[in-house]
Amino acid sequence: MSLYNRRIWINRIGIALSMVAMTFGLLALMWILWTLFSKGFAALDWAFFTHDTPAPGSEGGGLRNAIVGSLMIIGVTTFASTPIGILAGIYLAEFGNTSRFAATTRFVTDIMLSAPSIVIGLFVYALAVATLGGFSGWAGALALSLIAIPVVVRTTENMLRLVPSSLREAAFAIGAPHWQVSIRVTLRAVKAGVVTGILLAIARVTGETAPLLFTALNNQFFSTNMSQPMGNLPVVIFQFAMSPYDNWVNLAWGGALLIALLVLGINIMARVLFRKKSTN
Amino acid sequence: MSSSSTIAPGDAILQIRNLNFFYGNFRGLTNVSLDIAKSRVTAFIGPSGCGKSTLLRTFNRMYDLYPGQRTEGEVLFHGKNLLDKKQDVNLVRAKIGMVFQKPTPFPMTIYENIAFGVRLYERLSKSEMDDRVEWALNKAALWGEVKDKLQQSGLSLSGGQQQRLCIARAIAVKPEIVLLDEPTSALDPISTAKIEELINELKNEYTIAIVTHNMQQAARISDFTAFMYLGELIEFGKTDTLFIKPTQQQTEDYITGRFG
Repeated sequence: MSLYNRRIWINRIGIALSMVAMTFGLLALMWILWTLFSKGFAALDWAFFTHDTPAPGSEGGGLRNAIVGSLMIIGVTTFASTPIGILAGIYLAEFGNTSRFAATTRFVTDIMLSAPSIVIGLFVYALAVATLGGFSGWAGALALSLIAIPVVVRTTENMLRLVPSSLREAAFAIGAPHWQVSIRVTLRAVKAGVVTGILLAIARVTGETAPLLFTALNNQFFSTNMSQPMGNLPVVIFQFAMSPYDNWVNLAWGGALLIALLVLGINIMARVLFRKKSTN
Repeated sequence: MSSSSTIAPGDAILQIRNLNFFYGNFRGLTNVSLDIAKSRVTAFIGPSGCGKSTLLRTFNRMYDLYPGQRTEGEVLFHGKNLLDKKQDVNLVRAKIGMVFQKPTPFPMTIYENIAFGVRLYERLSKSEMDDRVEWALNKAALWGEVKDKLQQSGLSLSGGQQQRLCIARAIAVKPEIVLLDEPTSALDPISTAKIEELINELKNEYTIAIVTHNMQQAARISDFTAFMYLGELIEFGKTDTLFIKPTQQQTEDYITGRFG
């Protein structure tokens, strides 16, 4: 067999192996999605969005309180972690290049990125719940922010580092002060990437359960008071899925599907945004 | 080095005196002294790594951005040493504009690209700003091509147009000196010709210092030429003289293509 033929065969085998690996990965994903859709779709009726979580033993019910609670906690998380994350990212990429403080911040951020979320939940429990007297939506948002901020910091910094130094120099060359260069030129150049980072951070915290168990806890009733325990989708799914009641289990499947769709939607949005921006 | 007596002292806008430049421990420039004549084009030629871009980047303190880069000596601008640590760099850069090798439009509209720099130092009404933008784009011979799409992104222009946008942006701030760091090396011959024409127009009102790899370009557009080699200024004088009757052997070897 000639060297050339051998190479063709090695190529074919390589491609075949990659296809098998891809099929395996896709199959697992499809299986999960199929189960979610088949079991969860039936639960997504009108009552699902308009009724609150049912008491043990009672019929029907919905997840209105959990959906609203989740949206509020995630909303507060987004509003708090976006500016903090972006400003810290700008500091790391544009100002604190070589300083010890920046190096420490970067190191801590990396640790926070890979910290188990249950640890962060426990930390907030010890810090804010046990001392300030009670579970609350605020504590939940704090725990989720601690998870979201490092993601935003890292994407912002990484994106800013991709800005060619010629663009930064050009902005300085016109006599712009450093903060104007950072905010009006370099940050603007990577706007799409930074927004993508924020969306991915939101997607990440949307499904987090452990940090909310110790902080927002849960609330069987509809409540928009962030100072009280607050219903939220992940914890409701956690509790209902393991319950003996059929309607609870059904609602848990519906909730799981809803979260999956939310995360999917956010991810697609991030992709579309990034693609549209990076082509012009 | 041959003398720089071809420029009368009163006509010099920048006086470089015994300038040394260091990248960490590496010396990038050695004892460079010359005058940049007001309202003239001064070209810097020499092989890659000879320090011509480094020299240009000291005039607007670009090296300040990078820790480890430092200078010794003087660059006098209106009698004051630009390299003085107390000198406000942003004010220097507003008076001494720069255009780079690759076009670097800001990620904003064509209009905003021009207005951004102006807003840093002047408070203008909307109509005054409109006039300034039109004026600058006209100066850069770009107005006709972009007047109907001022609200489009600066990145949507072609390479040659982007470079003229960068020139317009530098001029809009009304600097006294414009530094051009190989402004045409990333452009095609037609765009290059347009930029060269533009330099010819601009030299009546601005002092221009240009770094170029292209000796024909230096010969075509400049009044004075400086030849540099290994961080030293080898020869400096009127462009015609330097290209026709160089006094230094190294200059002659370089411009006749024997090395470089």
